[in-house]
Amino acid sequence: MPLTPILTAHWDEPDSHTLEGYRRHGGYDMVPVAFAAAPDDLIALVKDSGLRGRGGAGFPTGMKWGFVPQGDGKPHYLVVNADESEPGACKDIPLMLANPHALVEGCIHTSYAIRANHAFIYIRGEVPHVIRRVRAAVREAYDAGFLGRDILGSGFDLDIVVHSGAGAYICGEETALLDSLEGRRGQPRLKPPFPAVAGLYASPTVINNVETIANIPTIVRNGAEWFKQFGTDKSPGFKLFAVSGHVERPGIYEAPLGTTMRELLDYAGGVRAGHELKFWIPGGSSVPMLTPEHLDVPLTYEDMAAQGTMLGTGTPMVFDETTSVVRAIARWIQFYKHESCGKCTPCREGTFWLDQMLARFESGTAAEADLATVDEICQQISGRSFCALGDAAATPYAPALKHFREEFLAGTHTPADELFDPVAATVFAGAAAR
Amino acid sequence: MALTEQTRAEAVELAGRYPQGRSALLPMLHLVQSAEGTVTPDGIALCADVVGLTTAEVAAVATFYTMFKRHKVGRYHVGVCTNTMCAVLGGDAIWSALSERLGIGHDEVTEDGAVSLERIECQAACTHAPVMTANWEFLDDMDVARALEVVEKLRAGEEVFSSRGPRIGTYEEIERSLAGVEEDGLAEAAATDAKMLAGLTYAREHAMAAPPAPETSPLATKAEG
Ligand SMILES: Cc1cc2nc3c(=O)[nH]c(=O)nc-3n(C[C@H](O)[C@H](O)[C@H](O)COP(=O)(O)O)c2cc1C
Ligand code: SF4
Ligand code: FES
Repeated sequence: MPLTPILTAHWDEPDSHTLEGYRRHGGYDMVPVAFAAAPDDLIALVKDSGLRGRGGAGFPTGMKWGFVPQGDGKPHYLVVNADESEPGACKDIPLMLANPHALVEGCIHTSYAIRANHAFIYIRGEVPHVIRRVRAAVREAYDAGFLGRDILGSGFDLDIVVHSGAGAYICGEETALLDSLEGRRGQPRLKPPFPAVAGLYASPTVINNVETIANIPTIVRNGAEWFKQFGTDKSPGFKLFAVSGHVERPGIYEAPLGTTMRELLDYAGGVRAGHELKFWIPGGSSVPMLTPEHLDVPLTYEDMAAQGTMLGTGTPMVFDETTSVVRAIARWIQFYKHESCGKCTPCREGTFWLDQMLARFESGTAAEADLATVDEICQQISGRSFCALGDAAATPYAPALKHFREEFLAGTHTPADELFDPVAATVFAGAAAR
Repeated sequence: MALTEQTRAEAVELAGRYPQGRSALLPMLHLVQSAEGTVTPDGIALCADVVGLTTAEVAAVATFYTMFKRHKVGRYHVGVCTNTMCAVLGGDAIWSALSERLGIGHDEVTEDGAVSLERIECQAACTHAPVMTANWEFLDDMDVARALEVVEKLRAGEEVFSSRGPRIGTYEEIERSLAGVEEDGLAEAAATDAKMLAGLTYAREHAMAAPPAPETSPLATKAEG
């Protein structure tokens, strides 16, 4: 499928991030149009469009909005999940840098639809340049009268607070994010109740990903039918695919859902010259890896599920034959160990032991029986943890073992960096040789 | 710098932005960290006082988040991403070279207090791997030689710019920026770079475009009809 620059269409204009740059292409024009419609019409429109959340789980956005009880007398809140910390995910950060007003306008439509007068954009703390950018956009929107009291004379009020996190991957999990936004340790909450019923301050709250919300102005402008011409019945629309790793041109590629990895690789100039694809991961380290045999599977929620993996964040990571799969997996496990919030035992203890075991394979000191032990630890974590971080930690091992068993066996006698020269895998390997 | 009446006033202002003041705790911790370089017992006490919590409750929050430091970092706090993508593409080599040159390990500071090092997790910039940060401003597409050069410059007090535009501010400046109490004096980043534009560039070169939008919004038509 061809590339379809929509959210990215004007990113090459030097002022794409400003109010003026955004308005030049019709930005905010739909705000009065949305206000002229009933909030429920907007919910119906987004339901109709079939838009699914871009944060990883792919939950239908309109349905989520529809869960918010109306006329309950409580304040409602919109919380934008801008915590982007999943290893491999790198699409929300560029989106906020290049086009923050799409996010701000999306917040206006969404808040109006769910009857919220307060929206929060929770941005991970390690990206001050992005936080600055989004704050500037929000300020411009206030100055232009798109935020604040009685917006454009509609009687609708909306305040947006841009909030900085402080370094904790778990705060991307929606209920942990809420605890964090309430000024607590970011630890997940029991569900139900779901945030749509009892979220921020126990009030009805919609939590959506940055890219999800940035899609809304386009859907409001162009309608559900237009949106549905992209993608499939179950995965309508388009996506910011961020392709990273051993490719000639890593970067952001906006294309319809259902585009294949082979096509994306082609756009990205292919696997770097002189090398071949070893494995790839469609959407963040939390989803199972795939191999060259899966290059023609459409990148949709349903087709990825049929392959036993997930579309996740839709940000493919590509590794060529110079990469040690054991080293790659071991590093992700270290990450989950570091980021485990410690609330539940299977994840807290399990990630600790997994890390120890994977280190043995990486250093070439594992025993063959360790393969079964690792598998057992994964079983103890998976499905027994309080939130999806635990499941994610248990995910990478099994598919890696399935596809590259001999590498794990080699880990019983040879260190990974002897099997695979780490220098050969670096981006500057060629430069050093030249 | 130290905690002053102004710090307290700013903390109160932050709390006032939220329906419930406690929500401002993370920004407030960034604020007190900017004033003192770390989150000190005094900083914790100030936050506790402003939001009406015990110091133990605030300390429990502060210790959960890796960006809140209990001991001093360097004037330039340097992060090297060693999550898988960056590690494989060169982050591990960069880490070893910096650690060796500076003679410090993870979470340590050089004796002159100029630079501290941290192994950081994925920074949502894998397309730009290997990635480093200095006081949380990004240094994209690094290699060993440039990493060493940047760190030497920072150490020598020379001005260094993020590959995304802004001058790399002091740790205190950045923490103050994160707290969000005022417009900071740091320049805005460039909107994009070649990697963020990779798809758009390809689409333009190959005459690919999204199908045209309808003349008018179906929603507008509906509202009129
Ligand atoms: C450990 C963990 C981390 C997550 N991190 C993020 C994140 O950084 N950004 C995000 O949008 N969703 C993240 N999610 C998913 C959110 O819980 C939630 O599903 C999402 O924000 C909902 O938005 P959407 O429906 O628009 O996708 C994470 C989930 C888990 C379990
Ligand atoms: S699974 Fe891990 S991250 Fe999730 S609640 Fe349990 S300890 Fe915390
Ligand atoms: S792994 Fe370093 S930015 Fe993602």
